[in-house]
Amino acid sequence: MNTLSVDHQTVAIKNEKSLLELIRNMGIELPTFCYNSELSIYGACRMCVVEIEGRGIVASCSTPPAPGMKIFTNSPRVQRVRKTVLELLLANHDRECTTCEKSGHCKLQELAERFGVRKIRYGERDLKLPLDTSGKSLVRDPNKCILCGDCVRMCWEVQGIGVLNFSNRGSKVQVGPAFNKNLAEVDCVNCGQCSAICPTGAIVVKSEIDAAWTALHDPTKLVVVQVAPAVRVALGEEFGLPAGEIVTGKVVAALKKLGFDKVFDTCVSADLTVLEETHELVERLENPADLPLFTSCCPAWVKYAEHNEPEFLKHLSTCRSPQQMFGSLVKKYWAKEMGKKPEDIFTVSIMPCTAKKFEITRPEFTTDGIPDVDLVLTTQELARMIRESGLLFHQLEAASFDTPFGFTSGAGVIFGASGGVAEAALRAAYEMISGKVLEQVNFEEVRGFQGLKEAAVNLDGNEIKVAVVHGLGNAKKLIGKIKTGKSFYHFVEVMACPGGCIGGAGQPVAVEKAVKEARAKGIYHADILSQLRKSQDNPIIAKLYEKWLEQPNSHEAHATMHTKYITRGRITGEDIQLLTSKHQQKLDVAVCVGTCCYLKGSYDTLQELMRRADQAGIGDQINLHATFCLEGCSQSPSVRINEEIVGGVSPEQVDSVFTSKILNRSQR
Amino acid sequence: MDTDILTEEPQAMIPRRRFEKVNEIIERNGKLQAVLIPILQEVQAEYRYLPEEILTYIAMVLNLSPATVYGVATFYAQFSLEPKGKYVIKICDGTACHVRGSDPVKDAIRKRVGLKEGCPTTTDLKYTVETISCLGACGLAPVIMINEKIYGQMTPQAINIIIDKLETEEGDAK
Repeated sequence: MNTLSVDHQTVAIKNEKSLLELIRNMGIELPTFCYNSELSIYGACRMCVVEIEGRGIVASCSTPPAPGMKIFTNSPRVQRVRKTVLELLLANHDRECTTCEKSGHCKLQELAERFGVRKIRYGERDLKLPLDTSGKSLVRDPNKCILCGDCVRMCWEVQGIGVLNFSNRGSKVQVGPAFNKNLAEVDCVNCGQCSAICPTGAIVVKSEIDAAWTALHDPTKLVVVQVAPAVRVALGEEFGLPAGEIVTGKVVAALKKLGFDKVFDTCVSADLTVLEETHELVERLENPADLPLFTSCCPAWVKYAEHNEPEFLKHLSTCRSPQQMFGSLVKKYWAKEMGKKPEDIFTVSIMPCTAKKFEITRPEFTTDGIPDVDLVLTTQELARMIRESGLLFHQLEAASFDTPFGFTSGAGVIFGASGGVAEAALRAAYEMISGKVLEQVNFEEVRGFQGLKEAAVNLDGNEIKVAVVHGLGNAKKLIGKIKTGKSFYHFVEVMACPGGCIGGAGQPVAVEKAVKEARAKGIYHADILSQLRKSQDNPIIAKLYEKWLEQPNSHEAHATMHTKYITRGRITGEDIQLLTSKHQQKLDVAVCVGTCCYLKGSYDTLQELMRRADQAGIGDQINLHATFCLEGCSQSPSVRINEEIVGGVSPEQVDSVFTSKILNRSQR
Repeated sequence: MDTDILTEEPQAMIPRRRFEKVNEIIERNGKLQAVLIPILQEVQAEYRYLPEEILTYIAMVLNLSPATVYGVATFYAQFSLEPKGKYVIKICDGTACHVRGSDPVKDAIRKRVGLKEGCPTTTDLKYTVETISCLGACGLAPVIMINEKIYGQMTPQAINIIIDKLETEEGDAK
């Protein structure tokens, strides 16, 4: 049997990939910043060092176990190296711990305390770099970055985006978006997973607590709050309760004590989403078009699709997310019933999500200058408000949600876990298609933490193929397979965060998978505890249609509960200038070479345009440039001639477009 | 309408030729992530620097994130994200050159080409002046290099002669 020794104790080598794994399994918590079981091995932070006899100091995360190794995890040399590493990291770190957003949850703070670092021999950071506050969801503070690369690998390996990367070299190394741009200028989707994995306060969630207090203290406002499903199984963690414990009643009680006038449940609008979305699905199944239908509840996924998959936007359900449906219900219908103007109502949502902060600012969700949802607070921000107010969470008496948006089905609750939306939709689709009552409501195939979950569900003779992905990297892979025809589905659920909303970046910090699993268990348990399990059985939903929305996908429902999407370029930037006109009256021609257009041959279009311009001898009358996105991706390749966008200009089409739109406006 | 046409500038067509070159370079190297560095080197040889929009374009073609390409381009000293002059003058400031007076040589060059404080490149994009650590020609210290050519045993006086000669050649070429 292969063995090695750790601190004089003989241990068998099983299948551990690294010494770190093996030593941690023995119950020794090796410190680390850059090791995370969900990400690739990086070996940069040097905190997990151990001493191997004959080899000296090595990083345990990147050293595989070998028989006969004699390892020391706490030798004087190891102790010295770790402390020095910490000191060096701290010397280059803005040490304003008391005013840091991450204080109390910071790994650097925790390890400095654990190793008793009391003095830093290397002075302080003298260079103050500017903060990036451009985004609606996240704030980046490069002065607090320890260059562990966790966010870089999270964004690329798990989310498949790669907004952040290292730049420069040596003492000038920084982590940030391309060309030192702000997060708002690049294809960041605001999922916030970078902030969730950041061991320090270098990327944090933008706090809106002050604005929440201001609204609560404003006597002219009726402050209404909605609570997302995933919050109820995670908030307790902030107050010492186990992960996954259902604390719905306490959350409601706390919100009422904080001064919210009405406390409502987002699960109600999740039930509404199920009906709207399932009707859309059934419609598309009946007249097969734009399949698969993708879910649209997750704002990070929606923004990802807008940046990267413009051809698939017509596949996205037009349903607004439950948060936005809720905002619409409250401000457009319920307000009237209460005799209030929309501007006198302030709607807050408690969300596990950072992208929701961006979602409320989308222009589609503002009606006559008034946002449907005014403010988003994350689970963590709510925890802070509860602490600030001095409420003892564990002593709170459970309270109930207010009417009319307080009663939900289990299907609305499971929206919080990956697979939940698909399962809720299947529960509705079955009854809608077959006209029979669904007895067995659980669809276990779509539950769990596998990156891609597939199910072929027989809905009364019709086989519906469903896929569920979480983590945008998995979505990217799946879309690749759909595009090449390797896979076919009728319905696809996408959630940007691993595990779904329960793993959102607004939740209490949880790196361990076990915590997310416990939360998911809590969600499914809440489903079982529900009196009703199917959205279509919820009497409140029936009432909403009766009173306000007529019927699913009605004209009225479309106006207030559905939305549309836009295409977005991946990065803001300048065009590539190719020809410069020397005439006063010039013709401006821009050829899109963004991803979509490029793949459809826009480069050849460009070449062909230049050739034709030369041939006609008008090369000097045209301002010709290549641009990165004309946001006309659905009919790419696109060309903009002065203000007019012309779609479908393939190289073969250049001749006719050139003759009809360019040549006749030129001066020769 | 010919009166509208400004003075003829042969350079006006350069950007276009270069963009065609970028595509040629990419096609020749293959659209592989592994050849990012050779592509950047060739593009820089063409443009004398790496323009932001070209880097974005390369990222898109190679299916990399712009941040990754930016990371590579800022890592290596050989790449520049700022436009460089037609003549890149590298002044060696290694130990040998430093003790033999590379500083006065540098000052003389900067003064001669009319560089403002803190700017490495002249506004007409003719000259870029930079110091580097060692050219490996310590026997000839102090050494400078203009584009690919080495000049040894420099003095502030010699600088004037060399740049005069460059200017004359430039004039002849026109």
